[in-house]
Amino acid sequence: MEQKKVIEDLKKIFSEKIKEFSAQFGDETIVIEKDSLLDIVKFLKDKPYDFVMLLDLTCVDYKGQQDRFEMVYHLFSLSNNLRLRVKSRLPEKNPSIESLTSEWKNANWLEREVYDMFGIQFSGHPYLRRLFMYDGFEGHPLRKDYPLRKRQPKIQMRKEDDI
Amino acid sequence: MTFRIQEEARKESLLLNMGPSHPAMHGTTRIMLELDGEKILNAELEMGYLHRGFEKTCEHKTYFNLLPYTDRLNYVSPLINNCGYVMTLEKMLGIEPPERAQYIRVIMCEFSRVCDHLTALAALTMECGAFTVFLYKMKAREFIWDVMEQTTGVRMTTSYIRIGGVRADLHPDWRETTKKAIDETRKVLKDVSGLLDKNKIFLNRTRDIAVVSPEFAVNYGWTGPCLRSTGVYYDVRKAHPYLVYDKLDFEVPLGERGDNFDRYMVRMKEMEQSLRIVEQAMEKIPEPSSPSRLMAQGIEPSEAIKASRVKKVEDKIKLSPNLEGSEKEKYRDIMAESKGHIVPPKEDTYTNIEGLIKHFKFFMKDHGIRPPKGEVYFSVEGGSGELGYYIVSDGTDKPYRLHLRAPCLHIVSSLEEIIPGHYIADVIPTFGSMNMIGGELDR
Amino acid sequence: MKGSFITTTFNSMLGWGRKYSLYQYPFITACCGMEYMSVACAHYDLDRFGMGWTRFSPRQADMMLVVGTITQKEAPVLKTVYDQITEPKWVVAFGACAVSGGIYDNYAVVQGIDKIIPVDVYIPGCPPRPETILDALIKLQEKVQKEGHEWRWSKKK
Repeated sequence: MEQKKVIEDLKKIFSEKIKEFSAQFGDETIVIEKDSLLDIVKFLKDKPYDFVMLLDLTCVDYKGQQDRFEMVYHLFSLSNNLRLRVKSRLPEKNPSIESLTSEWKNANWLEREVYDMFGIQFSGHPYLRRLFMYDGFEGHPLRKDYPLRKRQPKIQMRKEDDI
Repeated sequence: MTFRIQEEARKESLLLNMGPSHPAMHGTTRIMLELDGEKILNAELEMGYLHRGFEKTCEHKTYFNLLPYTDRLNYVSPLINNCGYVMTLEKMLGIEPPERAQYIRVIMCEFSRVCDHLTALAALTMECGAFTVFLYKMKAREFIWDVMEQTTGVRMTTSYIRIGGVRADLHPDWRETTKKAIDETRKVLKDVSGLLDKNKIFLNRTRDIAVVSPEFAVNYGWTGPCLRSTGVYYDVRKAHPYLVYDKLDFEVPLGERGDNFDRYMVRMKEMEQSLRIVEQAMEKIPEPSSPSRLMAQGIEPSEAIKASRVKKVEDKIKLSPNLEGSEKEKYRDIMAESKGHIVPPKEDTYTNIEGLIKHFKFFMKDHGIRPPKGEVYFSVEGGSGELGYYIVSDGTDKPYRLHLRAPCLHIVSSLEEIIPGHYIADVIPTFGSMNMIGGELDR
Repeated sequence: MKGSFITTTFNSMLGWGRKYSLYQYPFITACCGMEYMSVACAHYDLDRFGMGWTRFSPRQADMMLVVGTITQKEAPVLKTVYDQITEPKWVVAFGACAVSGGIYDNYAVVQGIDKIIPVDVYIPGCPPRPETILDALIKLQEKVQKEGHEWRWSKKK
């Protein structure tokens, strides 16, 4: 099973849902509509394509563009040794997308991380809570409008003359 | 705010907190357990106590300046993180380092991998009660750190692997130190094997505990020694070979059952294979094109600068000792030929105008390394699995987004599902065999 | 501090006894933990200074070594553990991140643990070499020797 055949099959079957194909620096990438994520992923997971491993799940914030957030998924096929990148754009107001926890179990923590850092809701996630930051932290740190040094201390710091 | 385990707990069971500051937590994570006597019914893990804002910090630093931050990610094998980041950038810029630099990188990466496995197993066995094994392995690790210190100058967080090659050539006495490190490590591995492999107490604590099937492991995205202990053959060095791994001959050990003992055995055998790789690299490494020179020979720098105002300086210049290994004649071996992406040698910077301009354009704000617009993903085989970097560049000298694919996160997230059904005392070897490193998990 | 022959001899004996039997609580979080492990082991031995025993319970410890970065999420935990250690107690800030936040100046890291608890000895370095650590611990021993026993009636803030 070669990379080219996967792309051709995807073009044939999902032609209206995939917006763009590219292969910059040798990484195959497809950009899809956000509603068709689960269908494409289930199709890729079956044999003979066999993309059984979700390598990574992350988000990029393009502030200033119309669809601000872009979800990026990296899939990997063990038996064919192929990698594929799936991307999907989300709007700025109420960004939300389907959760992949029904297909892969490590999507649980990865999606919690994206929710914590960017504020994207995942529909169907069993337990969407902050992963890195603590309760009481306001805001989503990795967004471009959150300043780098804005601290929200959890306990009171000692005064200057006591140090 | 209540946790999931508090909401789901039965009335008669006991909730136990193995808090963030705990001797067996490898740093800081918090495991909450719901117990019925000593049997575990439910578990929840809370992490994020070492979240240092790596990804956000990287968006505010240039590509060259953020190299020290990558050292502190997986701090037990620091050179592998360096290597991963630098190779991702080289894929984007289209640079290939010279062959001697690639062999040096392989030697350093394999020594880092041995350090990672030594530390992981030392912590695992110390928490099970075998303190002698911990002391033996720390002794072996000191010899390996001697090798790194001789070439790079620092024991741990080195920032040695640079874009285009390495920072400096190997020390002239490197062969003796490397040979000593390999011999001492082999002795220690033999002793530890004799102490633990057939030890009834250790086998009772690790055999058939936390058994993981291959389908479960692949579904959770496990990679590295933990995946190989279940029987799945996937190693990034064999599947997508990088550097000179396709020229070196090594095996990839596989486990059978996927329990704690198999994770221990896979790591012990991988250390032996890594030492084999280092020995082969020691033989195959190409000779340096110029012999190593004593730093005290040559003309004084101030004279050279004065002479360069009249005509080009051809004599050797006396450099300071901390530039040892990165003299101009060694640059052919250790750095690629590339415009604008590497730091020029110090002799050029101070004596001719082209070197000065290159130096200026590399370090000044808004100049420097500016990759083409786009995104790239590249992965290397780290100590715990596939360590991947995803960089999005917008054409300026700072990355727009840098994301790390941390191998520990996928492995540790499955602890909540593996642990119920076992006893409290099984949490310690299971968590230890997963090799959680806080800097990589929490970034 | 003036005193009679008996009180100064008593103070020096008390200091001698305390400094050569410090029980330590290593609060390990990050990379400096690797250097701590190599200091405590056979190559650079901590046991010959009397500090070989790591007591993992705050009630049994005299000295807390804060090793590694302290984040905002970890700060209440550090304060709780510090409050649980019984008097007399000493704190050593180990590594650049504990001294002043290190190379991390962002939303998640506390810029030095002296913003939370009082510190006696600061060890710079990223990570510090084992010889630096031993030097700092000898300085701490000198500090312990010189302290009298009266000031402990009022707690350190």
